[in-house]
This record gives sequence, C-alpha cells and structure tokens, in this order.
Amino acid sequence: MSQARSSLPRTIGAHAILIAYTVIALFPVLVIVINAFKSRNAIFRQPLMPPTPETFDLVGFRTVLTQGDFLLYFQNSLIVTVVSLFLVLLFGAMAAFALSEYRFKGNSLMGLYLALGIMIPIRLGTVAILQLMVASGLVNTLTALVLVYTAQGLPLAVFILSEFMKQVSDDLKNAGRIDGLSEYTIFFRLVLPLVRPAMATVAVFTMIPIWNDLWFPLILAPSEATKTVTLGAQIFIGQYVTNWNAVLAALSLAIVPVLILYLIFSRQLIRGITAGAVK
Amino acid sequence: MAETSTPSRPFRWHIVVFLAPAVLVYTLVMILPLFGTLQLSLFRTVENAQSFVGLDNFRTLFGDPRWAATFWNALWNNTWFFIIHMLVQNPIGVVLAALLSSPRLRFSAFYRTAIFIPTILSFVIVGFAWKLILSPLWGVAPNLMDLVGLKSLFTPWLGKEEYALTTLGLISVWQFVGIPMMLIYAALLSIPDEVIEAAEMDGITGMSQFWKIKLPLILPSIGIISILTFVGNFNAFDLIYSAQGALAGPNYATDILGTFLYRTFFGFQLQVGDRNMGAAIASMMFFIILAGVCLYLFTIQTRLRRYQY
Repeated sequence: MSQARSSLPRTIGAHAILIAYTVIALFPVLVIVINAFKSRNAIFRQPLMPPTPETFDLVGFRTVLTQGDFLLYFQNSLIVTVVSLFLVLLFGAMAAFALSEYRFKGNSLMGLYLALGIMIPIRLGTVAILQLMVASGLVNTLTALVLVYTAQGLPLAVFILSEFMKQVSDDLKNAGRIDGLSEYTIFFRLVLPLVRPAMATVAVFTMIPIWNDLWFPLILAPSEATKTVTLGAQIFIGQYVTNWNAVLAALSLAIVPVLILYLIFSRQLIRGITAGAVK
Repeated sequence: MAETSTPSRPFRWHIVVFLAPAVLVYTLVMILPLFGTLQLSLFRTVENAQSFVGLDNFRTLFGDPRWAATFWNALWNNTWFFIIHMLVQNPIGVVLAALLSSPRLRFSAFYRTAIFIPTILSFVIVGFAWKLILSPLWGVAPNLMDLVGLKSLFTPWLGKEEYALTTLGLISVWQFVGIPMMLIYAALLSIPDEVIEAAEMDGITGMSQFWKIKLPLILPSIGIISILTFVGNFNAFDLIYSAQGALAGPNYATDILGTFLYRTFFGFQLQVGDRNMGAAIASMMFFIILAGVCLYLFTIQTRLRRYQY
C-alpha cells in the first residue's frame, strides 16, 4: 500500500514545489525585515544581503520611535482588539448556547438572521454607521471601533460555536440541572470550559481582521489619539516615503507583533480549520 | 427535552438573556446601518435637508457619463481582480493542499505555517512591502530577474496602466493563497482512508487518483472558497488604498468598487464628499454581492453532489 502511495521521485517533486512556494511566501517579508536593520547605503547597494557589523544600523527604528507615536497606536490597537475579542467571544458564546441548547419559536430563523452577516460585509453599511456614530458622539473614540468589530465578528462566532456546542453531551447538562444548577451556571461552569478549543479558533479568526483593518479606523477614528497601528503605519509611511530606513523599520515593527501572535496560535488555527471542515 | 413542550412552564427568560447582547449589537451596528445605507441612497441633500428623490441617485450613477464611466471602470476592474483570484489563487491553493496532504510528507507543518504567514499580515504591510520590492529605485525585483536572465522584461509594473491591476491582483493572490490551501487541505484530510484504499485496489493512483477520486470529493469546498473569494474581492479596498492611494492610480487603472465608494463618500482632493452617492454605490455593491451569493446558493450549491462517508 505504501508503495503505491509514495515513491521517491514524487516525494522529491512535492518537496521541491513546496519549498519553492515557501520561498515565494517568505521572501518579501524577509527582505523588508533584514533591510530595516541596515544603513541607507547598504539598503541600496546590497538589498539581498543580511546586515553585517559594518552595515548594521538602527537609524530607521530611531526615526520611527521619535517621530511617530507608535507606542500609543500600539496601545490603541491592543485595547480595540482585546475588548472586541472579549465581547465577540462572550456574546457569541451566549447566543450560540441559546440557539443550540433550547428549542423555542423562531430558533432557526434567528440562526439564519445571525448568519446573514457572514456573507454580507459590514463595510457596506459604512455610510449609515458613520451617521450613527456622529449622532451618538462616538466618532474618534475607540468605543466606535469596538462596537463595529464586535458586530462584525459575531456572525461567524455564533455559527462556529453553535456547531461545537451541539456536541456537548446532554447528559452532563441534565445532570447539572438535576443538581439544581441554574441555566447560567450550566453555561459558564459546564459548557464554556468544554468548548475552549473552539473559542480559541474563533479568537484567532476574529483577531486577525480586527488588528489589520484599515477601513474603519480611517473612517471612524482617524484622530491622533485613537489611531491604530495599521492606520498609524499607513500614514507614517505615507509621510516618510523617501526615508527608506524609517519606512522599512515601520513595516518591520508592524509585522513582528502579528507574526509572534501567529506563531503562538498557529497550531490552534490549523486545528480549528481542519476540525471545522471535517464536519 | 420533553419538558420543553409542556404548556404550563414559565417563560424562559434565560433564553432572552443569552440572546439579547449579540442580537442587539448585531442589529444596531450591522443590520440597521445596512438598511440605513440602502435608504440613504434614495435621498439627496437639498438646502441642508435630506429630501426623498427616489432612484435619482442611481439614475445619476448610470446616466451621467462621468459617473457611469467611473462606475463601469471600477466594476470591470473588480471583475478582473476576481477573475485573477479564481484563475491563480484557487488552483495554486488546491495544488499546495494536495501536496501537503500526501501521507507521510515530512515538514508539512512547517510548510503550512510558512505559506500561511502572508495571510495574517495587514494589507498596509503587504501593499508597501511589494511596492518597495517592485520599485525600480530599489532594484530588488530587477536584480532578481537579472539572476535568471530576464532583466529586460522588468518594468515598473505598479506604475503602468496596463499592468498595475494585474500586479495588484497577483499580490493579493500571494497574500491570500493560504486560505484556499487550508480549507482544501482540511477537506482532503477528511476523505476516509477506505475510499483511497479502494481506489488503490482498482489501480487508481497518483494523478488519476487526484482527478477521479479526490477532486470530486472536494468540489463543495472549492465552491465555498469561490464564494468567499467573490465576497472578499468585491469588498476589497485596503490593498489598493495602501499601494496606490485613494485615486487608485495610474489614471484610475486600479480603481475598484471599494476605492470608488471611499472617494465618493469622503471626497478626495477637489471632489467633495457625497454621502448619498456613496450610499448609492454601497447599495450597488450590496446588490452585486447579494446576487453572487444567491446565484451560488440556489444554482451552484444545489448541483454540487455531496458525499457522506
């Protein structure tokens, strides 16, 4: 059987293609990061060389840290992402529990209503969202972003989590009921801990688009005090186009946090995608 | 759950409590604004007050030669953007997934992780990084092409009207190929071993096994990926905005519906922002996406054969 499945030339061919594509995927990122640590001359003379002791230079990072308020932007991004993520997971899990656990009139209609947002992007409502935020005085606040991202993340979260919650054993929940636990205790104490892997998957899927979004920060919160990292980097790079050191350093600074998060969560992400599709 | 149907039971408030926060936020911030936008497209500001004008905004959008030209240009560019994704991104994704899923392939976790990295980066990073790499000033791309003797083919792709959109499409493909790869990979893993073994018994191996056995089984996943690509592409904005700016240069060659909406809504340089025309364009995008999703759900998805193992 193994004979039929893998022969040496085929394995080598597979590795060759995968290595080639990995190089294509990583090369641009690598070029940006290694050049961020070099002096201006070296960036132009040998763009493909890693920094050597002679060409090593942190001038770009110094410019970024003194000229742009990246610490503040970073803090804003962190607040917006963490708070939205928390709300999406909490509200999403609660709604998913209601939909998967109880039978009531309009259950499947409600599920369909909440799933609508998976296909129709929230961006199309921008014109009215801006009006709403202006009317409620939330323009240029992080609250506006949190609200939008929570609404944006909910449909997929409810959809994925209710699939997983259907698998939690009924006997366990009914045992809890017999012991006199309230429905809230059953949800928070029994069900939530059991769907933790699914929550982690939803968290990764929700987090990446929020952290990377440019549209809503640009429209709802472009003020200096509420800029997110993505918007801050966009504007900073726009202003310093000719300062290659600064641009490369800003790009590297924007890449690194996401990359670290990804490497921490990548197993979770991949497990989530594969588990979801098996169903 | 037999007791749920007993009529004497008190109203189950906890269901409301569980559902309320999600439904409220979702309705207030997503559904109502969506309909609000559709509604705004039927109004126009006359002397600082909104007045109902029916379909006039749409008549302007399609009737006024300047608006119509921009709209059709953006729509065509968007369609081309989508075609590039369908022709390049999804086949590459399928090939990578097929290779990754071959049994006992070593380092497959490493390849998966590495190939997915561009997908997690923001459009701002991707747009600028490629802008720098393709820049004739820096010379990374021409130098690389020189290595393989193709330097004469290099032109500043992002700056030429005829190449810019295709280049951006390919950059977007580079970024997002991880998504079809992962979804197809997951679908391939879920094909039971018995099916594959039965095929091997019948002497179907290698390429013909992929075409005759695996591909038909993953067609539903390819369908889902196509519709996700469609929605994502017709909603795209960030990459074009970071690489080419709101004017989607050179000479609007890379203008897609998202950038057109942004310029119309907020105004840019000499053009004054127009909320109602912006809403009209957003409504058109809404109908296009809705039409695509419905087409998929009602014609394509029902014809895809699903196999249960």
